Amino acid sequence: MSTTDAYAGTNETTEGRVFTVTGQDWDAISQGLAEEAEERVVVNMGPQHPSTHGVLRLILELEGETVTEARCGIGYLHTGIEKNMEFRTWTQGVTFCTRMDYLSPFFNEATYVLGVERLLDIEDDVPEKAQVMRVLLMELNRISSHLVAIATGGMEIGALTVMTMGFRERELVLDLFELITGLRMNHAFIRPGGVAQDLPVGALEEIRSFVALMKKRIPEYAALCNANPIFKARLEGVGHLDLEGCTALGLTGPVLRATGYPWDLRKTQPYSGYEDYEFDVQTWDTADAYGRFRVRLAEMWESLRIVEQAADRLAGLEGAPVMVADKKIGWPSQLSIGSDGMGNSLDHIKHIMGESMEALIHHFKLVTEGFRVPAGQAYVPVESPRGELGAHVVSDGGTRPFRVHFRDPSFHNLQATSVMSEGGQVADVIVAIASIDPVMGGVDR
Amino acid sequence: MSDDKSPEQRAPEQSPENVPAPTGQVGQVGVRTGMFGVSGTGDTSGYGGLVSAVTFPAPVQRPYGGWFDEVADALEAGTRAAGVEHALGDVVVHRGEITFHVRREDLVAVVKVLRDDPALRFEFCAGVSGVHYPEDTGRELHVVYHLGSMTWNRRIRLEVTAPDSDPHVPSVTGVYPAADWHERETWDMYGVVFDGHTALTRILMPDDWPGHPQRKDYPLGGIPVEYKGGSVPPPDQRRSYN
Repeated sequence: MSTTDAYAGTNETTEGRVFTVTGQDWDAISQGLAEEAEERVVVNMGPQHPSTHGVLRLILELEGETVTEARCGIGYLHTGIEKNMEFRTWTQGVTFCTRMDYLSPFFNEATYVLGVERLLDIEDDVPEKAQVMRVLLMELNRISSHLVAIATGGMEIGALTVMTMGFRERELVLDLFELITGLRMNHAFIRPGGVAQDLPVGALEEIRSFVALMKKRIPEYAALCNANPIFKARLEGVGHLDLEGCTALGLTGPVLRATGYPWDLRKTQPYSGYEDYEFDVQTWDTADAYGRFRVRLAEMWESLRIVEQAADRLAGLEGAPVMVADKKIGWPSQLSIGSDGMGNSLDHIKHIMGESMEALIHHFKLVTEGFRVPAGQAYVPVESPRGELGAHVVSDGGTRPFRVHFRDPSFHNLQATSVMSEGGQVADVIVAIASIDPVMGGVDR
Repeated sequence: MSDDKSPEQRAPEQSPENVPAPTGQVGQVGVRTGMFGVSGTGDTSGYGGLVSAVTFPAPVQRPYGGWFDEVADALEAGTRAAGVEHALGDVVVHRGEITFHVRREDLVAVVKVLRDDPALRFEFCAGVSGVHYPEDTGRELHVVYHLGSMTWNRRIRLEVTAPDSDPHVPSVTGVYPAADWHERETWDMYGVVFDGHTALTRILMPDDWPGHPQRKDYPLGGIPVEYKGGSVPPPDQRRSYN
């Protein structure tokens, strides 16, 4: 307890005494509380706290160990991405929105790009290979995101082995992303009209060996957690939210599917050709944190199935275009690996500088100004690892978005914090929030 | 010669594509000048004097096609039964998505019909999004609701407008608790007051933030940022390269 903290101010307020606890100085607070002889305590947890799943601030009202009221304070990671996108071209917008929900960047890109493509009316012109690559990347991303959800969820309840395992496997997925897109995170790879680049040589073999390895590794999670009595004791019956609650609060994703309702946009409202893949919607019937863990675990299996099918299809699509044929939309610049690393494709430079005046004009116009998108609005949601992710894309016919609003599932699902944790114990608040798996970059945008 | 018009060149009123839309049907929401999005001396193309209207997809007449008509029928019947038959305005069908424009005073009654009517069952409110059209005089602020029906596997969009001078829209949180944070976000970013919301406070910006950052008249950047006494000046005042 410190009285010199500039931000704590006076420690006597109209609401009672204020204790600023920053580390292990619990003696001071328990002594102070003994003096107060009051059971009701308001605890500010976060925003800088290792167990709040990011810069999330929880305002908890406690009676002893029981949480009587729980509220979230968000906005600590607000970076104005939506506002910034209005000042950049449609293609550059991808670079911004990929940074929102940093654990599922491909989904942010996909929902935005699908909205732009709908407004451009080129949904049917996007080449098959681009569609398959999008599905492949999204499903790999779902695996990496669920791995982090399970890993950090485990860490927050003290199961550090789950954390180290989760991050170990996630690193393998990020290696694949690096191989395919050049970046581990923030890829800006899915672009209006297709994807930025073709699959590099050897990528399919890497993907296949990753799938084979994951088929050995995922059962380790099941063996470690599924029947683990400590794990079950912490998760079972915690953060309960049934189907009625989920629908009223608009919850989607694993939280909704853990109530037994098989709602998955990949099946119900397919996009990017998901109707061509064989997979099952995974559900659980307990509507609690344990059910959500099991849904995530099972969904990783389904994602592996889809990745395998996508890899098989890509094997038959070698050399196929990955960008829409319309030269007025398709991003002209190509990258390739040179002797000094990745850079501009020399073939492309030769083409625009020496062979085709028109190609140079298209390149110049698209890179400096961008393309125009007909006026209107579109909303194409995708099933992100956390639920329905959608971008409300509004165009006024110009070269820049007029307005893009992201319906982020973390933002929406966090609203359930109160109903999930009130009446429970403080320790269960952590489990309930970890089972929602909010990513604050997506919540605050 | 002067009256010898070729048959292809019909009078404007005879060729439907040349007939101007009746007033009030095409909503002009702004103008664009020039050709390349450049203002000031940057545009040397000669197109700088070009002025074109910014119009959004025009409202359509029935039939809307597919299940859109079923939803529209049920919605009309439902609003009539609820005593708000004039609630529905224009209907826009564009790129396979349907948008119902709703009078703002009847919004709550309409969403209640949409949620509860067995033929509609839009039980899922995906989100609320604000859009600011500074040049759409008298209806500058638009609030857009994305509704989904899990029962019927359908999606529609509702659009409500409010003028800048009276930025009030009734809150739908009584019908869709899910809209709680989204309405707070729209208040935070656009200054739309959702009447009836139980705790309409800022959500993403700090509580004491002046202004509503995503409005079009709010600049990008240029906000002095204070950090422990020091402050960062706006970008245009930081340093000069000339």
